[in-house]
Amino acid sequence: MSTENTPIKQEYNITVYTENQIGLLGRIAIIFTRRKINIDSLNTSPSEIESIHRFNIVINETEDVVRKVTRQIEKQVEVLKVYYNTNEDVIWQEMALYKVPTDTIAEKALVERLLRENGARAVVIRKDYTVFETTGHREETDNLIKALQPYGLIEFVRSARIAIIKDSEGFNCKLREFERTEPAPEIVENEYLNSRDKVFTM
Amino acid sequence: METAQQEATAASPKEAEDTGIEITGAVALLEGLLAEGVDTIFGYPGGAIMPIYDALYDYQEKLHHVLVRHEQGGIHAGQGYARSSGKVGVVFATSGPGATNLVTGLADAQIDSTPLVCITGQVFAHLLGTDAFQEIDVINITSPITKWNYQITDATEIPEVLAKAFYIARSGRPGPVVIDITKNAQLQKFNFKGYSACRHIRSYRPKPIIRKEFVEKAAELIDNAKKPFVLFGQGVILGSAEKEFKAFIEKTGIPSAWTILGAGAIPSDHPLNVGMLGMHGNYGPNVLTNECDVLIAVGMRFDDRVTGRLDKYAKQAKVIHLDIDPAEIDKNVQTTVAVWGDCKETLPLLTSLVKPNQHAEWLEKFRDYEKQEVDQVIKDELFPVTEEMTMGEVLHNLNQLTGGEAIIVSDVGQHQMVTCRYAKLNNTRSNITSGGAGTMGFALPAAIGAKYGTPDKTVVAIIGDGGIQMTIQELGTIMQSGIDVKIIILNNQFLGMVRQWQQLFHDRRYSFVNITSPDYVKVAEGYGILGKSIAKREYLVDALKTMLEHKGPYLLEVMVTKENNVFPMVPQGCSVSEIRLK
Repeated sequence: MSTENTPIKQEYNITVYTENQIGLLGRIAIIFTRRKINIDSLNTSPSEIESIHRFNIVINETEDVVRKVTRQIEKQVEVLKVYYNTNEDVIWQEMALYKVPTDTIAEKALVERLLRENGARAVVIRKDYTVFETTGHREETDNLIKALQPYGLIEFVRSARIAIIKDSEGFNCKLREFERTEPAPEIVENEYLNSRDKVFTM
Repeated sequence: METAQQEATAASPKEAEDTGIEITGAVALLEGLLAEGVDTIFGYPGGAIMPIYDALYDYQEKLHHVLVRHEQGGIHAGQGYARSSGKVGVVFATSGPGATNLVTGLADAQIDSTPLVCITGQVFAHLLGTDAFQEIDVINITSPITKWNYQITDATEIPEVLAKAFYIARSGRPGPVVIDITKNAQLQKFNFKGYSACRHIRSYRPKPIIRKEFVEKAAELIDNAKKPFVLFGQGVILGSAEKEFKAFIEKTGIPSAWTILGAGAIPSDHPLNVGMLGMHGNYGPNVLTNECDVLIAVGMRFDDRVTGRLDKYAKQAKVIHLDIDPAEIDKNVQTTVAVWGDCKETLPLLTSLVKPNQHAEWLEKFRDYEKQEVDQVIKDELFPVTEEMTMGEVLHNLNQLTGGEAIIVSDVGQHQMVTCRYAKLNNTRSNITSGGAGTMGFALPAAIGAKYGTPDKTVVAIIGDGGIQMTIQELGTIMQSGIDVKIIILNNQFLGMVRQWQQLFHDRRYSFVNITSPDYVKVAEGYGILGKSIAKREYLVDALKTMLEHKGPYLLEVMVTKENNVFPMVPQGCSVSEIRLK
């Protein structure tokens, strides 16, 4: 990860563990919009723990700004924990769907090969159109759009990014700390202070 | 309603827990307020909050409701109450415009960390989203300016949500909370099983846990410092850590300067109190920020009005930052050692580790700068030889008469800077002003609230001729309640601070800063409030005395020099060490 205060913008994956609460999405979004930061991708899903939700947010920013933003998110009452990571620190995927005219696919073997090479698979095959699906990084799904465009790409959609943090040991043990009414002093909460120049957590 | 109320109060908590009692959501809300120790509410009724007001009719003896003249006045009064007393301010408003009128106060309370619980009425749940009469999306409007907010559509949620609201508002770094209750939930009867206070929310950490090794590191830096300098803010007051703070600076002998919200945490005349920080702060603290070797910030957030230009701010110093809010650490100023935690706990730890010390020579430097400031600025402000009066001399004479025992509430602008600079404060929680938001119109309603919060204290509101006209309707609240608030209007016939900037930075192009005033004495008289206006120095002391000795509210207008500037000044975009004396 880049050193502190490097004014270089790059993609950061922000993982937010939250309670399931109406309005929290708005509260989190405000923290970005307030600083005029565009959210490139946002996914909400259940987490490994029942009742706890997980947001995956992708923004393009400097680390300094990302750190401040994550702290402000973590300040929200219903947010349990926030992590930020570069693309190198996470396993990430995005899914894309492509709707293509079936007759073109049938006529041109080239297209089929193209799809195979890109790891796409057919989800629906109808007389009039076929829907292919592929999963991968942004460049991969982007490449396939370019490749399919000449063959009459009818519709395209890409999902938000989901990401798993490489170094993460999951949220279960963290949650146990949170659930204690009176946290014991030995609980290390100020992880940021522990690993200021290490990667994983704020 | 009456029977429900009698039942609710008659049933012991134990009984209620076992069997429960049938009450409405509105009654449950009031029971909850009583259980939280609330005795004063500032509010304004309206359609969507009528069931709560109907229930309140039977609770008048226990819950004193102050009818304000505008919801903004209500919330500023709640803020004044909270700031003077340390308790949570409670505000009622109806849906729609009633709720949106709270917005400025919420933003002000959020940025100044003031604990408030605001209850807003909302249209029936089945009407939500239909653009019903007085339906406004209060939750989304208030999300960026509240510590927490929640909409209740079912009465059974009321006790738990209210308990959460109070816990969130007052714990950790305090802040405002909004609870929006739909009318059906207020009316709905449910089985109330008693109220229990909230002590834990699993996703919420009010206080970060203290890391001893960082306290130790901080102590080491302090012990080795030749020119240490303490900056303190409202965190000391919010954490009730005034004693702990005093013990810390007295043991280490470190000169200490305050932000305007930190003023009063130690008395103005404490030997280690070297004055005010920031744009219109004192000369020494600003210049020497860029000369100290260790900067110790306690419960303050390095606002841009305090730091001036950041890339030239205390670059030579190692920075220790004590704060309860992790998001404040490294936000504006990069720290060398961050001491997370409640300063009520971290300060004693730090005090126990540091060696007793004195920094006489270093302290003397502050005093040298002070002498220059007295010569070039303060003398003329407090003891002017001009024919016209200055704001500073009003403050000076007020200090003489109150001895520093009064609670001083100031509005926003030149008079606010003069007040913060010169008001003598013996006690904590005695300087109430709108800091982060700079809300004109704050002082009059906040003074009303402050008096309710601390009825035994003299409360003096100091307001400019601009600010008073923004919330002047609250004279009606004073009239109706008879609350004993002293109002001083420092009238320079200008929007003075903007005029000052136009003079200094816009070639004296006085664009719309020339403001006229009504006859304030007559206005006061119309509200049944005694008033006086003076324009000559010879009447000043007597007029102040009359005001302070009068039993009940009093308005005193003092005509001051029209084109006076507040100095020293750190011009915007300049470093603190580039502070100007004229």
